[in-house]
Parts: sequence; structure tokens; C-alpha cells
Amino acid sequence: MTSALLSLANVSMSFRGLRAVQNVSFDVPAGEIVALIGPNGAGKTTCFNVVAGVYRPDAGEVRFDGQRIDGRRPDEVCRAGIGRTFQLVKPFAGLSVMENVIVGALNAAASVREARHAAERIVDRLGLAPKADHTASSLTLPERKRLEVARALATGPRILLLDEVMAGLRPTEMDLMVALFRDLNSRHGLTILLIEHVMRAVMALSSRIVVLHHGEVIATGAPEAVARDPAVLECYLGEEAV
Amino acid sequence: MPAEIYLNVAVSGLLTGLVYGLMALGLSVIFGVVRVVNFAHGEMMSIAMYLAVVLFSAYRLDPLLMMVPIAGVLFAFGYVVQRGIINPFISRPEHSQFMLLVAVALIIVNVLLIVFGPDAQSVQTGYSLSSFLVGPLIIDATKVYAGAAALAVAAALFAFFRFTLVGKAIRACADNYAGALVVGLDVKHLYALTFGLGAACVGAAGCMLVLLVDVTPPLGPAYTLLAFVIVITGGLGSMPGALLGGVLIGVAEALGGLLLAPSAKSMFAFAILVLVLLFRPQGILGKSAT
Amino acid sequence: MSGYLLDGVPRHALVLLALLFAVLLAVPFVANDYLVTVLILIFYFAYVGQAWNIMMGFAGQLSLGHALYIGLGAYAAAALYVHYGISPWLGLWMSVLVSAAAGAIVGYLAFRFGVGGVYFAILTIAFAEFARIGFDHWRWVGGSGGFFLPVKNYARNDLLSLRGSPAMFYYLALGMTAAAFIACHALLRSRAGYYWQAIRESPDAAQALGINIFRYKMYAVVLSAAMTSLGGVLFAFYYNNLFPEQVFHISRSIELILGPIIGGIGTLFGPILGAFVLTSLAESLSELMRALGVDLPGIKQVFYGLCLLLVVMFLPEGIWPPLSRLLGLHRARTKTGKS
Repeated sequence: MTSALLSLANVSMSFRGLRAVQNVSFDVPAGEIVALIGPNGAGKTTCFNVVAGVYRPDAGEVRFDGQRIDGRRPDEVCRAGIGRTFQLVKPFAGLSVMENVIVGALNAAASVREARHAAERIVDRLGLAPKADHTASSLTLPERKRLEVARALATGPRILLLDEVMAGLRPTEMDLMVALFRDLNSRHGLTILLIEHVMRAVMALSSRIVVLHHGEVIATGAPEAVARDPAVLECYLGEEAV
Repeated sequence: MPAEIYLNVAVSGLLTGLVYGLMALGLSVIFGVVRVVNFAHGEMMSIAMYLAVVLFSAYRLDPLLMMVPIAGVLFAFGYVVQRGIINPFISRPEHSQFMLLVAVALIIVNVLLIVFGPDAQSVQTGYSLSSFLVGPLIIDATKVYAGAAALAVAAALFAFFRFTLVGKAIRACADNYAGALVVGLDVKHLYALTFGLGAACVGAAGCMLVLLVDVTPPLGPAYTLLAFVIVITGGLGSMPGALLGGVLIGVAEALGGLLLAPSAKSMFAFAILVLVLLFRPQGILGKSAT
Repeated sequence: MSGYLLDGVPRHALVLLALLFAVLLAVPFVANDYLVTVLILIFYFAYVGQAWNIMMGFAGQLSLGHALYIGLGAYAAAALYVHYGISPWLGLWMSVLVSAAAGAIVGYLAFRFGVGGVYFAILTIAFAEFARIGFDHWRWVGGSGGFFLPVKNYARNDLLSLRGSPAMFYYLALGMTAAAFIACHALLRSRAGYYWQAIRESPDAAQALGINIFRYKMYAVVLSAAMTSLGGVLFAFYYNNLFPEQVFHISRSIELILGPIIGGIGTLFGPILGAFVLTSLAESLSELMRALGVDLPGIKQVFYGLCLLLVVMFLPEGIWPPLSRLLGLHRARTKTGKS
């Protein structure tokens, strides 16, 4: 599939004998929002970590824009155009919100001044401007999540990997995030791959869903189809429910 | 050089190495349980050595006989240091706790300098000059007694951790801090006990070492570094590893001193340290870090 | 950390700084020789403390073997001067080169093989010890017997050969400290500065944002080593004698980190303030002892140890951060918990 911006082909990854993902293949076409869902322990974050270069897969290939990136270092992956957030947010606690985002912006900017301009725009976009000078450690959790997204966005990625950014957000906050991502996707063409448990956000955002269970892909397709897929229902609700 | 000389030197190094091993054992125990890197380890040993010197010159009491009371004093010292200085700051980052002990070490060395002066002091017992003849080997009596004492104390320590209730409680803390708290163990007290035990080890080792070398205030830091080299070589947190590392370093040092200049002895220890840190940082018997 | 920079600092603070600098410039004209030598010592420690701070405060690597770079810098420039008559202004480039190379080796070995934290500290101690023992056996630079620089009369200041009065060395040390301060200020706001702080706060996040951790850690280590070596050059030409036992000794390494730790790691003023406070108190203590007729060698070190202990226990940030907040010298920032 040459139009896929990101593609995983037969990716497998084990940790000390425990198979986290097994023979996983899926594509993320350019300009789309794809959701990666599945019960806890299904291997979703492992997939992210393989794509992001944190792990080298035991088998399989990861291609970004046609080039193989599996086994590259995380910083190389970022420079190639993949931004990611962490499930457990990792802010630079001692730095201010603005400084956090500047660090991200430096990836795409030629100078600190340019990075600062870019960072200011993004901080504003994410609604963090009132707290721009505050240390990251003083933020509330929803604000930290926004910071995490802002920082990754500042690197100027072509695809953004979002790891459970909606968890813990109130409905209004969630709607704002959803609107932001929709806007980034439709107006700026940003491709998004997101791991989510909050179905509301998944249904609202994604044009395609990939379902993982016990490390394997059990369903892919449009949201409506996947929501009705018996295999998917079984893995979430148990055998008797189907 | 005839083979006997190498053998003699090696055996001598081995016996000295057992004492080193006991010293390092204390460090390993402290790190394995309390997860604190005791930068004042050698300095604590030098306290014990000076105590032995004082008791010997005043009352002609053999250091090996004084081992138990001196270890007791060091135990109390270690307990107080842990309880008073380290425990309150247990949640601080690693290098903060490290610096606390650097400060303690600095204070100890210089207080000793003030009290005892910079000149070397030693203990010459009745058997200091005698030796055993075993085949082609001529072994110093002091080294034999020191080595044997080291083994005895190490064995006692192993037995303590294996068979006593307190020993098991301490091992529980080391394995699972939160679990130990949940079960109701007084972890702070146990930590302090462990530090005290480590200090007692090093106190006992000091009593043995004072028979083998002269003591000066700068000896403390030198042996702290040596203890680190041994523990890292043998495996941080591994008790048998500390003994093994001690013996290895003791032999390497002795042979190195023979083959190169004697003053370059410690270069060997450091060369081994660098190699271990680079190629097998968990040490010979240590568990691989996750 | 940028809250401690001059940028955004109220004008009255900048004026104060300028006044302070003017006062410092005037010192040799109004103070006696003893005070000048104490200040030389203070600025020396402020300078090397600042250099060490780059590795620790900016890149988060605890080095307890920084005496290695002082020694290498000192011996390199001294040897070139004594054996070949090369001016220290040229010789210092060799110092920088040698120390940078040593730093690169230490850094490479440590970072390639994943040696961090306390293990890294121990590795740095090992290297310094290596050098100490090695130089003890190196005849060409005097071995354990010591290496001596020819001392001419102090009537004239020979800037080219760094032979001269305390006043000359005072301005040198002051100049070096000021230059280091300005350089670090610029560094903190540069790309490297941001990246270093990111690596220090969260290496995982830093990598995910495109930062090549190995490369930037290496920059910090090599820069820190190179800067420190210039302190060694000053040391050599000021004291005119070098003994491996003293220059590479672990006490030197610990001495030079006391200033930054007490003043405040990672801050710009920390090392300078720490050096001032520590050295002046220590000298006062010595004076007191002299006045009382008490001779206790080692009392200064006990004092240093106590200071270190108390600061680490009760003022973990150092003296400068709370002081700067008190003086209103940085932008308002709310933090969770205590400010």
C-alpha cells in the first residue's frame, strides 16, 4: 500500500519469553486518523514503542513514508517526522511550560528564537498560554496532558502518536481535545494514530480502527463495522455475550 | 622468578583478599538492603583501626580479641548515621544521599587527622613477625589469623541472614519495601540495623587489617574506593560476590605489585573497575539490572 | 531554570551587578595582599565550580573526578613552559586539547556502555586516581617529587608568561569567572542549554523530541573538561609547583564541587556564591584559629564537611535559589507544594 504513511508488517515483539505483539500488520494512510484499541495488555503501547524506536522488533518491518525505521533510535524516529506522547506523561518538571514546548520546537526550528515563536503559537493553541511561565510540575493532570501533546506537536511531525491522551479528562476538556485533533487533521493534514480506551473519542475521531487482543490484530476497518464485529465484542465482553 | 615466589605472593594476596572481602561485604549488605552507596565505608573502617591501635598501645589488647567490642561500637555508629542522617532523607535522589555520606567521610577523615595526626600507626603483636611454613609456602601468621577471622565473621553474617528472624525481616525489606511496610515491619529500624551490621562488618575487618597495614587518616578514602571496586567487580548486592571480588582484587593487587612497581598496585584495582563497569556492570555474581 | 537568568530580571538587579563588578575591579587598589589572595582562591573555585556545574547541573552527570582535568591542564601548560619556554597563552590550547580528549574518553566509555548515576561518579574517581598514580611515575613532569616553575621577581608583571604579582592573578581569576558566567548564561539559552536540561529532567521524553542524548551528553562532558583545564593552567602558574599527589587527589575533586552544591547546582550564581560563602567562612575560621593560637590541621576540611552535610540535608537546592526568591530576582512561578 503505497499511500500508507506508516505501515507495520508482521511485527512481533517478546519480552523475556512473553509475547507482547505477534505478527501485527496494519497501515495508517496519510491524512487519516486511525485508532488502535483493545483490552489492557493487548500490546498497544508496545506497538507504539516499536514504531517510536524504543524497542527493536524481534521480527517484521515498520515503514514510514516507504523507508524502514524499525530499529532506529527514538530521536532518529522523531527527526524523521514521527511525534509521540507517553501514556504516563513525562513533563520536564523543572522547566516552564513554554520551555517544555521550546524543547520540542527546536526539532524543527533553526534557532532558539524561531523555536520560541513556534512554541508560543502552539502553547496558545493548546490553551496553555495563562500557564506559560509556570513550571510544568505545577500543572494539573489535564494540563500536563495538553503539555505533552503541545510538546510533541511542536516537533513538527507528519504523524502524531497519541497514547491515551483522553484518560482522566472531563467531557468538556475531551471535546476540546477532539476538536483540536480534528482541526489539525483536516486543516493541516496531520496524520494521527491514537491509542484510546474512551470510545466516545475513538468514534468521534477515527476513520479507521485497528483492534488488538493478546498481541494480535483481530479486526480492522471502519468504526461502524468494527463496533459490530463479533470477534471484537467477544474480546471486550466475553464469549457468553456474543 | 621461581614459581614459589608467585605462589607465595598469590596466597598472601588471597588471605589479604579475604579481609578485603569482609570489608566489601559490609558495603554490599548496606547497598543491597538500604540502597545507599556508603561513601564513608573505608573511613568507618579507619575508625575501627584507630580504636584497635589505641586499645593495643594502652592495654596490649590483641585487635582480633577486640574485634567484637569494636564491631559493636561501629554498629552503634552505623545505626545512628542511618537513623539520624540518611533515613530522614530517604526520598531524596540518589546522588543527594551519596553526597551526605561524602560529607560524613570528609568529617571522619579530618577529625581522625586532628586527633591522631598524620603519622602512620601500627600494631605489632607477639606473632607479627612469625610465619607458617607449608611446603614451599611461607605464610605470615598475621595473614592466616586475619584471613581465618574474616571467613568466620562472613560465615556468621550469612548464618544471621539465613536463619534468624531479624535477618529474614531485613531480607524482606530488601526484596520488597512496600510489602514489608504492609506486613508491619519497622523498616526504618531495620534499615538502621542493616547499616549498623555493615558498619560492624567493616569494624571487624578493620581489626584484622590493622595487623596487616599501618593506619593513617588518608587510608579511609583509599579503602572506600577499594571496597567499591570489589563490590562492583563481585556484583553489587551479592554477598558471595563481595568475598569473591575481595579475593580476586587481593590476588591481583599482590601479583600486580610483584610484576610492576609496588606503588602502582592500586592501578590494577582501578583497571579492573573500569573493565567491569564497561563490560559486565552487574559484576561477576550480580543480577543483571532490568 | 531560566528563572535564574538575567533575562527578565528587574533593572535594579542589573545595576547591583554592575556596581558589584566595579567594586571587585577596584579591590587590588584598596585591599591588602592577604585579601587579594583569598579572593583569588574564591574566584578560582567559582570558575572551576562553574565548569563542573555544566556537567552536573546542566547534563546531570555527577563527576567526582574533576581534579583529572585540573591536573591535566596544569601539567600540560606547565610542561610546555618549563621544557620549551612556550607561553601559557599558547600552552593552554594544549591543556584544553588534552583535557577535552580525556573528557571525551570518560564520556564515551560511560555513555556508550550505559554507565550512569553513582557508577559514573565512581568511574570518574577511578580515572582521576589513574592519573594520580600515572603522573607519580612520569619523570618528564617531575614524578612524585614534583614539578616546579621558575619563579622570577614579582616587581614586574609578565603577562605573557603569567609571572607576576597577586593583583595580576586576581584580575585573571576575576576575568575567567566573569567570562564563565557570561558563557554559561548564553549556553543556558542556547539549543544545547535547552537540550541539556531536557536530558536531565527526562531522558525518555528528550529522546522522543528528537534529542540525541549521547551527543549532547558528550558535548557537556567535553566542554566541562575543557573549561576546567583552564583553571588548572591558572593553578599551575599561580602556585608554581605541581605534585600529582595533590593535584589529582580526590580532595581536590570534592573541594571544587562544594561551591556549586552549597550555592546551588544548575544555577548561574550558585557556584560563585558558594565559593564566596565557603571560602570566606573557611578563611575566617583559619584566622580565628590562628588568633587563638590553636593549630588543628584538617579543621578546615571538617568545616567543609559540616557545611556540605547541612546544606544537603536542609537546603537541597543550595543557597542561591531561596536567596534569589527573597531578593525578588526572578519571575513569579507557582510550584506545587512549598515555593
